[in-house]
Amino acid sequence: MTAVEIVATVLLCAAVLLGLGRLVVGPTNPDRFVSADMVSVVTTVALAGFAAVFESPLYLDVAMIYGVLSFVGMVALARVVEGNRS
Amino acid sequence: MTEVSPRLSQYVVGFAAGMLLWVLLTGTSDGQELLAGVLVVAATMAVAGPRLAILGGVRLVPSAAVALVAYLGYFFYALVRANLDVARRVLSPSLPIRPAVVEVRTGLKSRLGRLLLANSITLTPGTLSVDVRGDRILVHWIDASPGTDLESATRRIAAGFERHIRGFLQ
Amino acid sequence: MRWVGDVFLLIGAAFSFLGALGLVRMPDVFNRIQTGTKAVTLGALSFLLGIGFLHPEWWTKLVCIGGFILVTSPVSSSALARAFLIAGVRPWRAPEDREAPAREEG
Repeated sequence: MTAVEIVATVLLCAAVLLGLGRLVVGPTNPDRFVSADMVSVVTTVALAGFAAVFESPLYLDVAMIYGVLSFVGMVALARVVEGNRS
Repeated sequence: MTEVSPRLSQYVVGFAAGMLLWVLLTGTSDGQELLAGVLVVAATMAVAGPRLAILGGVRLVPSAAVALVAYLGYFFYALVRANLDVARRVLSPSLPIRPAVVEVRTGLKSRLGRLLLANSITLTPGTLSVDVRGDRILVHWIDASPGTDLESATRRIAAGFERHIRGFLQ
Repeated sequence: MRWVGDVFLLIGAAFSFLGALGLVRMPDVFNRIQTGTKAVTLGALSFLLGIGFLHPEWWTKLVCIGGFILVTSPVSSSALARAFLIAGVRPWRAPEDREAPAREEG
């Protein structure tokens, strides 16, 4: 890995860790949902970064599918939170 | 210039979007791949097409392409500005925010236009669209000055995007 | 080409980090959504652009991922924000605005 890749990896890891911290601390469930949403986007990007580091385009497909699934999951979660009140 | 009817434009736009996705995913412009793409997208549109009424709002006129490019340029400029704004707020120790929920009004008729406007509002400086109710969009504004009414909020948040979107959506 | 890609990679990672920092620092859930969505979306796009400069032969898939993030990230945050508002989460107000009505009606 080059120095730039290491710095970028550290920043992305720090972002995920901060997100996970918010996920653990809360204080309310909506905060946890929001941080899960953000962490999933960062994870998608990090998977694309894997592809660059390992020189293997296979990871790009993994990133795409992960992004699609996390989006569907988030919208489903929003519907659950909403309930029948709308 | 006569406009294409919404019913036809729904299928044309759906097919074009499907083909674009196919070409990007396969990553080739090989003749056989394209033929397979045409077959797959046509089959998909035969099943899903009638339910894609949301795509009917696209105006299929030549000037729409120009408007789309202008919109994208304006949008990315706003996106970069929004992020510098976010960076400034997050990094300053005093956390200068003053949030409020305001309403803005939109003149866009189609559902796709309202969706795109709401999306654009979410990604621009300090605003997050929360809900779309008829022709009103509920916006969470991170830096609302007190006493902001509907007109001034509309002017400051939505008007710029709406002008651009109206070129290619109803 | 190499160093252009590196610059975009760093910008992307830095904005992702800023988004996460905003998530930790902001006082309530709506402001967290704001900073989280915006910074992370631009961070993701910039990071993907950087990878595109390093590996130009992957650009079609990168455009797919980037376009997908650009379209879905605001949609999922808006859906979450709407759900919270409907479920009764009240937006945080600055101390000097506490007496004003929580929502400016037009």
